[in-house]
Amino acid sequence: MKRGLAVLLVLTAAALAQGALKVGVVVSATGPAASLGIPERNTFLILEEILNRTGGVAGRKVQFTILDDASDTTQAVRNTRRLVEEGVVAVIGTTTTPASLGMIDVVAEAKVPMISLAASKDIIYPVDAKRFWVFKTPQTEELMARAIVADMAARGVRTVGYIGFNDAYGEGWARFFEAELKAKGLQLVVSERYNRTDTSVTGQVLRILARRPDAVLVGASGTPAVLPQRTLKERGYAGLIYQTHGVANPDFLRVGGKDVEGTLLPAGPILVAEQLPAAFPTKRVALDYIQRYEAKYGIGSYSTFGAHAWDAWLILRPALERALKKADPDKDLAAFRAALRDEIEATRGVVATHGVFTYSKEDHLGLRFEDAAVMVQVEGGRWKLIRTFR
Amino acid sequence: MDATLLLFLLLDALQNGVIYGLLALAMVLVFAVTRVILVPIGELMMFAPLSYVWLLEGRLPGTLYLGLAFLLVWAALERRSFRFMARLLLLGAGLFLLALLARGLAPLAYLASLALVLALGVSTYRLFFEPMREGTVLSYLIMAVGLHVAFQALGLVFFGPEQYRPEPLLRGEVMVGLSYQALLVYGFALLAALGLYLFFRTLYGKALLACAQNRLGARLMGIRPEEGGRVAVALASGMAGVAGLLLAPLTNAAYFMGFMLGLKAFVAAILGGLASYPLAFLGAFLVSLFESFTSFYASAYKEALVFVLLLPALFYQSLRTRALEGEE
Repeated sequence: MKRGLAVLLVLTAAALAQGALKVGVVVSATGPAASLGIPERNTFLILEEILNRTGGVAGRKVQFTILDDASDTTQAVRNTRRLVEEGVVAVIGTTTTPASLGMIDVVAEAKVPMISLAASKDIIYPVDAKRFWVFKTPQTEELMARAIVADMAARGVRTVGYIGFNDAYGEGWARFFEAELKAKGLQLVVSERYNRTDTSVTGQVLRILARRPDAVLVGASGTPAVLPQRTLKERGYAGLIYQTHGVANPDFLRVGGKDVEGTLLPAGPILVAEQLPAAFPTKRVALDYIQRYEAKYGIGSYSTFGAHAWDAWLILRPALERALKKADPDKDLAAFRAALRDEIEATRGVVATHGVFTYSKEDHLGLRFEDAAVMVQVEGGRWKLIRTFR
Repeated sequence: MDATLLLFLLLDALQNGVIYGLLALAMVLVFAVTRVILVPIGELMMFAPLSYVWLLEGRLPGTLYLGLAFLLVWAALERRSFRFMARLLLLGAGLFLLALLARGLAPLAYLASLALVLALGVSTYRLFFEPMREGTVLSYLIMAVGLHVAFQALGLVFFGPEQYRPEPLLRGEVMVGLSYQALLVYGFALLAALGLYLFFRTLYGKALLACAQNRLGARLMGIRPEEGGRVAVALASGMAGVAGLLLAPLTNAAYFMGFMLGLKAFVAAILGGLASYPLAFLGAFLVSLFESFTSFYASAYKEALVFVLLLPALFYQSLRTRALEGEE
């Protein structure tokens, strides 16, 4: 018993001497993207607890440094510089696309691997000298647009209208949605923009109604996505209304109420984890995450956004284990960071909450369409799975 | 463009215009009396419905604690006049009691959130603007912008990042595009405009105008400009609070939405030269009409086009001031 304790002490001492693995995290815990950033931050707090309890990765402690960028690109870049100087082995973050794009230059220059939690495909494509260092976990607009258009085509929709945010989110969706529509032979008859802070979208909605599209997609995120939909309903629009996966949080249902009843949207499978068929690959991992999150933050508190952060760690953890066998971060940090990047790229078949990740030299998103998107409908104030693409 | 389309766009412009107009009135009022451009008026406007939602759900909003803290600091500053200090403390206690009682009760919660915004508005003025007596318009503006940033950040802490939608007082619609709730908003706007008009006919109102026109002269006549400033800010925050409470069921409320409303009201107020009430209201309708039609024809450029409206107004103002300087 005593000897056992002594061995344990020696081991702990050895682990301490080795130094903790520092992982940098940047999220938008305040500012306009806070509804996405807060569950991401919460997820890292859960991970921190688990790692402290179980003793870290391969006998080494893991230390997360979580910084808030206030949904601001300049702050995100500054935070990233700070993390790199503090000697982190990798950076996870940030929440928004513009800020993530800003961080690429910093991590590429310092040669630190980064896993972004933002949506846009531009963050990881094309994989050039800079994006060599950058990976991401959330589904791209392109992937989700494919799900929407496939659903529209299946329902016999021919003409489509679009109204989206007048920012990177809305523009990104407009671009990929239009390309996907064209590929499937559907016609975009009207494309409008509005602002998150707008109190009225009557003008845009009247213009959409004048063109009589069979379906309308609202390219917005969070509760500001309710306004166009409500205005469409108030003005008597009877066609199909689609939203993006950016609305997949409980607040959208709360503010939308009966105005958003019947809404169709693509989502990561975790949104309806319990309704997934038993054979769906991500079901078990997703339920595990939800259970852990709700145990700490309350029933019904989880959102799909926090799960992107969980996925980033599910990818990083085995990569860290493998990289530790090749290099020692205490002796040569640069070599370890490079080894870690190679190991992240070597990720094969990691089953996560939003899909199954298999990275390659050309693909730093790594998600397969069939596992990463399902179609969901709002029914009775709840999310209801209506189809998977498997 | 057919007649129904035109009608809908005009109705839309009317609703927004009334809101910008109310805020512009509040801004002009405060500016005329105190030379403060009250940028955080948009935040005060949003605090009212958000606090209301919080109270209705049985929670005490963070704005209550902020208001109480401000009142406490104010009371500490007034320690030389015991009676005034006691009154402030009593006011704080009353506010807290009202909020406690109002939890879950719609009419009381309305009243409590309005009282909250009033207390917050006036104590903000007392704590942050009165100490900079005889400040320049620019230094007041810098303070106002600072307060706006602080209030917005606090709004996020108090109310979270998402929007809320309180139940309307009156349900239903007169016709498509014109709800009873919107009629309430118009009614209040009319009432506020009329009330202000009548107020400035009274002796008290005239004293307020005197502060605005000549502080020293007013002081010689026994009028206290500080008090005038407080009354103006109280009127302004009351107007913003009621407008916010009436508007929120139509447009949703969130901590970040006050700024854009305030900014457009500011454009309207500038179009009125920051001096004339009718011109400010007219400016508000010009802004909202412009906004409605640009959102129909070129929605991607709406915001840019609305703020471009500022340029000719500013150009005209700057030409006029230079002419005046030349004469001197």
